[in-house]
Parts: sequence; C-alpha cells; structure tokens
Amino acid sequence: MNIVVCVKHVPDAQADRGFNESDLTTDRQSVDGLLSELDEYAVEEALKIAEAAGGEVTVLTIGPAQAADAVKKALQMGADKGVHVSDDAIKGSDAWGTSLILAEAITKIGETDIVLTGMSSTDGSMGVVPAMVAERLSLPQITFSAAVSIDGKTVTARRDGDAASETIVGTLPALVSVTDQINEPRYPSFKGIMAAKKKPVETWSLADLGIDASQVGLANAYTEVISVTKRPPRAQGQIVTDEGDGGEQLAAFLAAGKFI
Amino acid sequence: MAEIFVLVDHANGQVRKTTNELLTIAARLGEPSAIYLGPGAADAQATLAKYGAKRVYALDSADVTGYLVAPQAEFIAALAKKLKPAAILIPANPAGKEIGARVAIKTDSGLITDAIDVQPADGGAIETTQSVFAGSYTVKAKVTKGTPIICVKPNSAAPQENAAAGQVVPVNLTIPESAKGAQITEAKEKQSTGRPELTEAAIVVAGGRGTGGDFSAVEAFADSLGAAVGASRAAVDAGWYPHTSQIGQTGKQVSPQLYVAAGISGAIQHRAGMQTSKTIVAVNKDPEAPIFELVDFGVVGDLFTVLPAATEKIQASKA
Repeated sequence: MNIVVCVKHVPDAQADRGFNESDLTTDRQSVDGLLSELDEYAVEEALKIAEAAGGEVTVLTIGPAQAADAVKKALQMGADKGVHVSDDAIKGSDAWGTSLILAEAITKIGETDIVLTGMSSTDGSMGVVPAMVAERLSLPQITFSAAVSIDGKTVTARRDGDAASETIVGTLPALVSVTDQINEPRYPSFKGIMAAKKKPVETWSLADLGIDASQVGLANAYTEVISVTKRPPRAQGQIVTDEGDGGEQLAAFLAAGKFI
Repeated sequence: MAEIFVLVDHANGQVRKTTNELLTIAARLGEPSAIYLGPGAADAQATLAKYGAKRVYALDSADVTGYLVAPQAEFIAALAKKLKPAAILIPANPAGKEIGARVAIKTDSGLITDAIDVQPADGGAIETTQSVFAGSYTVKAKVTKGTPIICVKPNSAAPQENAAAGQVVPVNLTIPESAKGAQITEAKEKQSTGRPELTEAAIVVAGGRGTGGDFSAVEAFADSLGAAVGASRAAVDAGWYPHTSQIGQTGKQVSPQLYVAAGISGAIQHRAGMQTSKTIVAVNKDPEAPIFELVDFGVVGDLFTVLPAATEKIQASKA
C-alpha cells in the first residue's frame, strides 16, 4: 500500500496572521509556521493504514524553504520519505495552481494507492484542493471522511453531513480526505525524531515536474485579491458579574436589542 | 442579459433558504437560472420561480444522487460549456465547495469560496467579499479567468421575491463512469431537532466545556429565543453534542444576528466560527475567559443559574 500524504506549512493560527502589503499574499515570514493542524490527522491515518496493510508513506508539500518543517514533522511522526516542491515561481498560487502542482508531483512519485489529505488548510481554509486533485488525476474522491476502512482494493468511509451520515465506497487507487474526527494524531517520539534525520527528502522544482512557470504563481492565478482590510477590533462591551440578577440583566439586554 | 447559474440546495423538493439568497444575488448580476439535481424539481419550482429563476435545469437520476460530488460537477460543467453563463453560484457547504472545485478544473475557471457578499463591479466584473483568518480580515476578490465560480455562505443576502417564469427544463446527460468512483451506499438521515438550521439561524446559542455535558439549560434558553443550538469543539470531543453542531474552524462558521456562548472560553479555533456574528453575548464563570474580549454583553457567572433565570424572564415577557 503506497500512500502519499499532502501536507501544508501554514502560519500559526494562534499568532497574529496577516498579508504582505506589496502583493496582498499571505505573510509567511513574520509569523512562525508549522504543519497545518488538520494535516496531522491525514498523516496519522496514513501511518495507521500502512501499519495495518504494509507499505510506504510519502509526505508531499509545496512551499518556500521553511515548508520543509512540515515534512520533517510528518517524518518524525513516522512517515517514510518526503518530497518538497519548492520554486520561487510558485509564490501566490491559488487553489487552481496548487492542485496542478500536487497532481503532477503525485504522478511523478508514481505507483500510489491512496492520496491522503486533511479536510482543509488552516490558513486559506477553502477545503477544495483535494477535490481538484481528484478531478485532475481522475481518482475516486472520498472526502471529509470521519472513519475509513480498507479491505483489499475497497475503501469505505463515513461522511457526516448536515442531513445525513453517508457511507461512501470506492476502489483504490483513490483520493481520501479526513476530518479531525477520524483519529488522535500521535506525537513524535524521541526515537521518531532521531529516525527522521536519516529519512530521504527530495526537493523538486517546477521544471522537475514539467510545469511551466506561466501556469502557476500569483501573476497566473485564476483569482485576484483586490483589497484586504483588517477588521476593526470589537468595541469593549458591557460585562456584569452575576450577583443574583445576572439572568435578569441578560434578558434586559436581549429585550433592548429586540431579540425577544 | 447574461445567465447566472444557481445550484439549488434542497432536501427532496424542500428548497433551503440559502437557495433563495443565491437567486437574489444572481438577480444583481444577470438573469438567474436554477440547477436542480435529484428528485422534487416539480415541488421546488414554485419557490424557485418566486425568487427569480427564469429557468430550472433539472435532472433526477440515480447516476447523480447515488455518487459523491463528481456527477453534479459533471452536470454543471456540461451545462456551462453549452450555455456559457456569466457566473455560477453554489452554496458554500463542504459538498458545494467540492462541486465548485471540480467545475473550476473542468471549465478552466477561477473559484472563490466562502463569499459573504457578491456584487457587480465595473466592466462586468463580479466582486466578492470574504472574511478570513478567523474573521480578522475582510478580503475583496474577483475571478480573473474563465467563468467566475463563487461559493456563497448562508445569510449573505436577504432573499427578495422577484417573480419569474421558473420554467422547468429537463436536461438529459449521461454521467460517465469516471464520475462514479465514489458511491453513496447508505445514508442515515439525521433526526430533526425541530430547531432552526445552525448556519441559517438568526440566533445561535452554543454550549461548551462549562456545561459539563448537561445542555438542558442551553437548550431551554435557545428554545425561548427560537434559536439554533451549537457546541464548542471541547463539548463535541467529549461526546456531549453531535459533531454536526460544532461551531469553529473545523465545524460550522455562523454569522447570526445574535450569538450566545455559554461556558465557552473562546479559543481561536472557536472564534473562527462565530467572530463575525452581529451581536455577541457570553456567560462564563471565568472572568478571564478570552470570549469576553469579543462580547457586546457578558455575564460572569454560572450558566446553570444565569440561563434559567433569563429563560424565565423571556418566557414571562412573551406570555
């Protein structure tokens, strides 16, 4: 079972995230980055599947030099090898361009039974790149899985929607995305951290993937950011301490706001 | 006038309010046409016509409803290639965004998701507004290539009646095997709570760790206001409330007129799901809880005494 896990290096959501003023792209310099929290579930699921069925887990990321940290974290958790696609021309790519690069990289990695991803990144948080990659590679799309089981060539997943909880069945090779409900990601062990240092990581450029720089990057994106505005901080509201009349005061506030 | 596609969000003929909102937005941009996939187009026709759909392109086929996402994208892309709409509007729920994603690749077009406003701009452009980074920034953007595909969040427009013909146009399309890779073999319908849909509700009351697993006070308070009930991730992870009610980064993002957080501390992941609410109220025992930085009104106190007292007052005022 060969598994490719797509991961993203994102600005820490706990920090004060923002944009580069010059080109309105996400500021990835002044805020520390890390492996997107939601991708840890994909790495964990890949490791569990490989542990049960045998096989190799390859971690794939796209991004500037520091994105290698995301690959490193996944290797420390237990993935076998890494691929880091890095090229100055990639900067500012939208989901369209990102999915193209991922699809080409997965093709170059070769012989893949499962492409695993998280449900979305924690920065752009569109949740569309997995579907785009499945479309580009003509793979069955088994996304937003809250539970996954593999039996031979058949993958079965539970997808929880608003109206119903659905059972989705497909045949490998397939693309599978997982939610944060699926597992409890492991922490890297000391042994895992030491072992990760010896694991192979390849760095590929766009040329290595046969992608022309005119297909990706900010200038060639299919969408354009016109402006970004920081939301003004909310004005400090009224805070009361309950001394027996807290409920009454709450009801009075709601009545004044015509919510009742 | 240019045609604008709207993908109808429905449950077997029951059109969701988000569809009426999308039709209202479509009327700003051109001539709304609805796309109705699955059973019930005849039942939905009157509603779609009322909110401005000139035509309703319909296909009811097990080849569409029996598989995840891909056949719907196949249908929309085929129709778009034939009719060349000026834009395609889709509800910004997980499946809707995935449909948009696949249509974008199929039609070589740009995709914008999670728009909270969509307006016509100079030169026939369409300008979208999004709220990003947990609601800390507002971004205006546009699609620059192909047909703009825009996934729009609930409550992004006030539905306006705008009577149109709503002519049902059956469309036959053979769904290729390549789009039938992920079969839906079973669907367990969720039991209805009788409360409003979380993302559509005008008022949302949410409970967190502070409930200790007892949501009775939260639910009674919500019902007195006719509100939807949500939960923080901590409450969902503890198994106290279903995951479909989770508010936050990995759950629902809500933007109601009034949001009440009970026993929720207000971590960044939670804020990502509610920060754009118009009015925010919190009840929490901990005066240092970060949620109090966001509130218009906060009560430092025990939710099990504050909420029932407020509920009683509200009920008395209604009686």
